[in-house]
Amino acid sequence: MSEQINVPTMAQFMAQGKQPEVLFWVGCAGSFDDRAKKITKAFAKLLNNAGVEFAVLGTEEGCTGDPAKRAGNEFLFQMQAMMNIQVLNGYEIKKIVTTCPHCFNTLKNEYPQLGGSYEVMHHTQFLKSLLNEGKLKVEGGKFKGKRITFHDPCYLGRANNEYEAPRELLGKLEVELVEMKRCKSRGLCCGAGGAQMFKEPEPGDKDINIERTEEALETQPKIIAAGCPFCNTMMTDGVKNKEKEDEIEVMDVAEMIANAADL
Amino acid sequence: MQYLPNILFLLLLIAGIGYFTKNIRKVIRNIKIGQEIGEVDQKGKRWSNVLRIALGQSKMVVRPVSGLMHIIVYVGFVIINIEVLEIIIDGLFGTHRIFAVIGPAYDYLIASFEVLALLVLVAVAVFWIRRNIQRLKRFMSPEMKGWPQNDGNIILYFEVVLMLLFLTMNAADHSLQDMGAAHYSEAGMFPVSNHLLPLFSGLTEGTLVMIERIAWWMHIIGILVFLNYLYFSKHLHILLAFPNVYFGKLTPKGQLKNLESVTNEVKLMMDPSADPYAAPPEGAETPAKFGASDVMDLSRTQLLNAYTCTECGRCTSECPANQTGKKLSPRKIMMDTRDRLQEVGKNLDANKGEFKPDGKQLLDDYISREELWACTTCNACVEACPVSIDPLSIIMDMRQFLVMEQSAAPSELNVTMTNIENNAAPWPFNQMDRANWINEN
Repeated sequence: MSEQINVPTMAQFMAQGKQPEVLFWVGCAGSFDDRAKKITKAFAKLLNNAGVEFAVLGTEEGCTGDPAKRAGNEFLFQMQAMMNIQVLNGYEIKKIVTTCPHCFNTLKNEYPQLGGSYEVMHHTQFLKSLLNEGKLKVEGGKFKGKRITFHDPCYLGRANNEYEAPRELLGKLEVELVEMKRCKSRGLCCGAGGAQMFKEPEPGDKDINIERTEEALETQPKIIAAGCPFCNTMMTDGVKNKEKEDEIEVMDVAEMIANAADL
Repeated sequence: MQYLPNILFLLLLIAGIGYFTKNIRKVIRNIKIGQEIGEVDQKGKRWSNVLRIALGQSKMVVRPVSGLMHIIVYVGFVIINIEVLEIIIDGLFGTHRIFAVIGPAYDYLIASFEVLALLVLVAVAVFWIRRNIQRLKRFMSPEMKGWPQNDGNIILYFEVVLMLLFLTMNAADHSLQDMGAAHYSEAGMFPVSNHLLPLFSGLTEGTLVMIERIAWWMHIIGILVFLNYLYFSKHLHILLAFPNVYFGKLTPKGQLKNLESVTNEVKLMMDPSADPYAAPPEGAETPAKFGASDVMDLSRTQLLNAYTCTECGRCTSECPANQTGKKLSPRKIMMDTRDRLQEVGKNLDANKGEFKPDGKQLLDDYISREELWACTTCNACVEACPVSIDPLSIIMDMRQFLVMEQSAAPSELNVTMTNIENNAAPWPFNQMDRANWINEN
């Protein structure tokens, strides 16, 4: 994973008087979190490889406001939203893809009313469409036949009814997909949503990510596949807590695809 | 004297339905304490939801055992109501089994009522066992202690008594028909109450008539009592599930509503030509309160949600916070909202329709902050509700109140929000470093 990636910014496109096919919304976790950055890069490589003309906002991107809104701070959310919408509309963005289901949900559902209407896709949906168009090849490679379970991100699944895109991609990787007891519309949250990522949990018997990790471990997977940087962190912490980090990896679907193609 | 029973019946009916109407009007008035919801869009979609989710019970069967049992009781309830209609006509006009005029179809009608009555008895027995012997976790939560638990059982006992009275009435009627008693002309088919006949063998015609009449009267009185019990129990869902599903959320579950009052302020803040010293125009409304601390701040839909909740606990049993021992229970959010709304309603009754501040509110007096902050907004509760209740929306509105009116967020969240405000990320990283990942290895 050392190959140089080509990630132009919107400003660069603009300077050339060009418009990319799609804007890659990286998100805060994707930009700053060391683990999530790997997902960002893997996805960027897949885009490069598929020949997709894309751009990022780079330093012009700011938090969508999701954690602020869900923490109850509507002011801060709308400030963030308005600033982002100004930038996005300024660049006449039509289509956005993001590796974060929280950004995905906010951009897709909560921005239109504030003046920001775009076609927004989660990266698993986008990769699926690349696959259908024949631009992306997904082959099992080292994942072929491996036992894998998929953790549904709430903000992709229940919040936006997308359960199939990530599973279809995993299917193409020829993995042995084992569902957890609570999956799809009844999937258990990793515990990070609603701004919980940024605070200590309330007192209880157990942390939610531990509960979810235990459920994932019951399927005896080699890999826990995820589609959200926050779920990824929570599940990774859970696996560490269970001292299984040597046996079980937590990986984003995009990372798996990039990995299988030796990108 | 001849018309005494008819008059008595009429009075009973008027009293029963009258008192029920009075209480339902109270429910409607209380719901209207909430904020108006504006124009209702997508009516077609809403009706189709009513057909699918409420009438069709589509979300009940997600849990097959309770779902199937519920469908039996539900179908039994709806179908057996045809019988109630007959009882009302008979009672008012002194007829007996008036619907028998439809001929042989009547036999099958009565037969189907009987089979359903038996199935309802079985289903109710299963429900009772689940609540009292198996003691399913979701019926044992702290918020179910006391009245809610008794309430659940009382409803089951009501159903048992009503079904048994119905079958007793039929069995006695059948015996009388076999005897050729006057007024008891052959009508109906009794596949279930048939088996009760031996109990009545050897009884005189007079005794049988008495049993039949007592069962008949007790059945209709029971139904009227049950109807009036609804208002005092969690059981209003048998009526409110339909409007509640109609008014349910149609947008994606992840989409939270944007506060318009905030949008206006934010626009003003971002408008470079706005006059920072401008006084609000003459007669401008005082800015709305942000979020909700009491039931009057919630929307009418949310209050309807509260009255509709039948405390099944599917939401709570799917809630990640609740499953890991946190205080939050989405069902309790709904129960608290209803309890507080009832309290406010009583306050209105006592003060000629004016609300007299009682020093209480939904926040803290009913719902604690600890509960509110435990939510992960995962929408599991919303997904689980068979009648489209949205507990998450109340939690979010109350968080808005805490943060925007009281600046009472947990301190870590204040740090997060300050970060977002200062550097457009929840962590203290510089926005200028946002693209650094591109060139890192």
